[in-house]
Amino acid sequence: MFGKLTWEAIPIDQPIPLVAGGVVLVVILAVLVWVVLKGHLPYLWHEWITSVDHKRIGVMYTLLAMVMLLRGFSDALLMRAQQALAFHSQGFLPPEHYNQIFSAHGTIMIFFVGMPFVIGLMNLVVPLQLGVRDVAFPTLNSVGFWLTATGALLVNVSLVVGEFARTGWLPYPPLSELTYSPGVGVDYYLWSLQISGVGTLVAGINLVTTVLKIRTRGMNYMRMPMFCWTTLASNLLIIAAFPILTATLAMLILDRYFGFHFFTNEAGGNMMMFMNLIWAWGHPEVYILVLPAFGIFSEVVSTFSGKPLFGYRSMVLATMAICVISFMVWLHHFFTMGAGPDVNAIFGIASMVIAVPTGVKIYNWLFTMFAGRIRFATPMLWSIGFMITFIIGGLTGVLVAVPPADFLLHNSLFLVAHFHNVIIGGVLFGAFAGYTYWFPKAFGFRLDERLGMAAFWLWLVGFYVAFMPLYAVGFLGMTRRMQHYDVAEWRPWLMIASVGAIIITVAIAVQVMQLVVSIRNREALRDFTGDPWDGRSLEWATPSPPPVFNFAVMPHVTGEDAYWAMKRRARQEAGAKHETDYRPIEMPRNSPTGFVCAFFATVMGFALIWHIWWMVIAGFIGAFATFVVFAWRDHDEYEIPADEVARVDRANLAARRELVTAAGSV
Amino acid sequence: MSDVHGLPHQPDVAPGDEVGGIRLHVLGYLTGLGLALVLTATSFFVAGTDLVWQPSIPVAIVVLAIAQMGVHVVFFLHITTGPDNTNNVMALAFGLLIVFLVIGGSLWIMSNLNHNMPPMDQLMLMQR
Amino acid sequence: MVATTIAHGHDLNLLGLADTEHEGPAPKRIVTGYGFWIFLLSDMVMFSCFFAAYAVLLGQTAGGPSGAELFNLRSVAVETTCLLLSSFACGMASIAAEVHSHLWFQIAMAVTCVLGLAFLAIEFHEFADLVARGAGPSRSAFLSAFFTLVGCHGLHVSAGTLWLLTMMAQVFAKGFRADIQRRFLCFALFWHALDIIWVAVFSVVYLLGSAV
Repeated sequence: MFGKLTWEAIPIDQPIPLVAGGVVLVVILAVLVWVVLKGHLPYLWHEWITSVDHKRIGVMYTLLAMVMLLRGFSDALLMRAQQALAFHSQGFLPPEHYNQIFSAHGTIMIFFVGMPFVIGLMNLVVPLQLGVRDVAFPTLNSVGFWLTATGALLVNVSLVVGEFARTGWLPYPPLSELTYSPGVGVDYYLWSLQISGVGTLVAGINLVTTVLKIRTRGMNYMRMPMFCWTTLASNLLIIAAFPILTATLAMLILDRYFGFHFFTNEAGGNMMMFMNLIWAWGHPEVYILVLPAFGIFSEVVSTFSGKPLFGYRSMVLATMAICVISFMVWLHHFFTMGAGPDVNAIFGIASMVIAVPTGVKIYNWLFTMFAGRIRFATPMLWSIGFMITFIIGGLTGVLVAVPPADFLLHNSLFLVAHFHNVIIGGVLFGAFAGYTYWFPKAFGFRLDERLGMAAFWLWLVGFYVAFMPLYAVGFLGMTRRMQHYDVAEWRPWLMIASVGAIIITVAIAVQVMQLVVSIRNREALRDFTGDPWDGRSLEWATPSPPPVFNFAVMPHVTGEDAYWAMKRRARQEAGAKHETDYRPIEMPRNSPTGFVCAFFATVMGFALIWHIWWMVIAGFIGAFATFVVFAWRDHDEYEIPADEVARVDRANLAARRELVTAAGSV
Repeated sequence: MSDVHGLPHQPDVAPGDEVGGIRLHVLGYLTGLGLALVLTATSFFVAGTDLVWQPSIPVAIVVLAIAQMGVHVVFFLHITTGPDNTNNVMALAFGLLIVFLVIGGSLWIMSNLNHNMPPMDQLMLMQR
Repeated sequence: MVATTIAHGHDLNLLGLADTEHEGPAPKRIVTGYGFWIFLLSDMVMFSCFFAAYAVLLGQTAGGPSGAELFNLRSVAVETTCLLLSSFACGMASIAAEVHSHLWFQIAMAVTCVLGLAFLAIEFHEFADLVARGAGPSRSAFLSAFFTLVGCHGLHVSAGTLWLLTMMAQVFAKGFRADIQRRFLCFALFWHALDIIWVAVFSVVYLLGSAV
């Protein structure tokens, strides 16, 4: 009746997941009860859960990422603690738990922190920067978000019902095959990622179509903000790479569920093909994560230096070059796994070549700052921290791109330090910069600056203390994923690394505090003009938060840095009367399609994991029915009357009069 | 002033749409069908016949397949090289690039790996 | 506040794009069609992974039967003809939708459906036959790859057939409304793309597999 699911799936005998799961469940229940009792449920349902507004969806993606950061980071703390203690000892985590923890840590950080964070920021900002009202496919956008949330939910359910994969964040066969992983752990991983993979693909299609086909009048390609170019490149990579992940995980699913022999030891399977295909996805994936971060830095550096971005065209070329070359380097993730010197050499050289356009970008940011009037607000601090940190990480990347060097460093802690260096220094710092930069736009009030700066410094110091020792211990020969060790040389470095992890814990606590404090003090931090940073691109032309239709009248763009030109023109024409012809605006209706579809996807995913076949069919019918119901509706838009549009716009213009009359920038 | 365009610029065409009258459309599909049938028949013939130099058969089949895919793209999907189709063609080109990288790259890498590090059962065969 | 001049010459003619001023968001039909087009390209990338796996595992028959021993080219020829004719019928349905002819639309779609179902029936029969002969997908890596590649295409055709029936119902119930026309455009793209993939399948898998 319930497939493989029995009461034994709940880890009553394992205190850590039991307590952790229990605490989380209590917190979730408490929040739900509070929401319902305070009467917030209708508001949440109508304004957020069924919203097809890109701004709301962007915020939800970002919130998902930040919550999952807490889960992924808890795993990291457990790992650091284990490695600090497990010298000539078993530590406190037996291998079968430790293996699940590092697998969950990687899976969650990449798929449910990194991806939602950058996709959330792209969703929130890109339509505003392009001067349009929404993305190309708003309802599909909602579907994509909720499917990603489904994936996150399933991974977390594995903590309390069953187990997670013990294979690492990429489930290499034959370990991940049924013979060696007979439990449900790998299945949780597989279905969670297949479902959220659909969500990601949908987001990719949406954003590419938006950038290519939905831009305001005059927004030629070469007038788009740099963040839109990096969005285009990143989402082209999503469309190109995620199908590879889908296919490869599908092959593993077929092996596990139907006894196929793609990657098995017997009957002719070839497990190296898994490595080959998964990294053909895996390498573009990291560029999918980092390209939007590069875009954020372009925006932030240019705004806080008070200058247009230096070398716009070379930035565009560098971005598209990275986009294409990132598909030509994937073998460098398995240099040591049997390829000959000719293959290794070609991919090694390509991996070094890809550092060149990144270098071009760094120089362009530096030249943007040169002779600018730099304001060291929190987003700018994150950008400068990124530049130093990412350069170090990138250089160690070029080092491991040399095949003979990689033969010594592959799967050592040197490698672990390298990729954390670029992901934290690049993606996470970029996400935090974007979060701090665009928070006022999304919510109408700024984040507390002092706490923001404190969080930045704690993160920066904590990161270096946590990860620089790992480079050292990697050189000393320590391999990754070790549950215990007995080499005395390594111990001091690992102890220092745990101190770094504690500093980062404080940093995250400060970030949480910053959010709480800022919400409490929101009136004092209110952004009245919509342009708190003296910005250059169109999102700053809207009120904070923008109305659902973004722009009362879609702007007509005549050059780069469209909003900067608008401000200059407005100052020159100060006092001149403009009669604007306000028209009613049609916006897409909210829809429960995304949420309901994801509900059925969750049911299906859980049922597939536990082999509850009738539930799979029920879930599938439900999902299909949801689509048919959605396809059958007759009214998919609603109209906002012209007076409402006029009212919003006049309030916006009035609030900005002080910006116009003030001479020069802030 | 908002979402209306009235400028004399050649508008894009949706992929799958074509410009022209009904007769032209039907003729287009008929031509495509005819060409595709001919190419299919030729492929099957080449695969089974002795009349063709044997080593050229794989190449011939691949060429015929590519030609037929082209016929489909032009006559059924109406993807042309006009300026109104630029975005559609660029997307197709990008997709094809990725397909070639994935298939070509995988074949090259896997044959290299299999040569240096054969899968288990081939190793067993070699040991006998 | 609105400049009405076009053609600012300083725009770089990057990628050969028109350097006249961008007019604004594209019409819905183009947006929808384009979005679906890039989805199809992503689907092609997925198929290319299955093709790559097939090519790599071609020789891994684990002592079992190879393609040449298993494939029946006659039924493949019938399948191919069915699918090709169904693409043509779908094209006729596109024309019918253009001129808003309910009768011809439903007839053309029904023909498309019948031909598609014929294709699926032959393929299902082939698979069942192979399994019965002990040449199922768990026999060897080669057969796993074969069943997955061809089966994935078959699943897409099945999903397409479900979609086809839904489109027939929608046009019947609501007529040739703009959003339904957009959906049908996507369906037509999908159906033709499946035939393109089939060209690759029958050439690489069946013809090359038999010629070996």
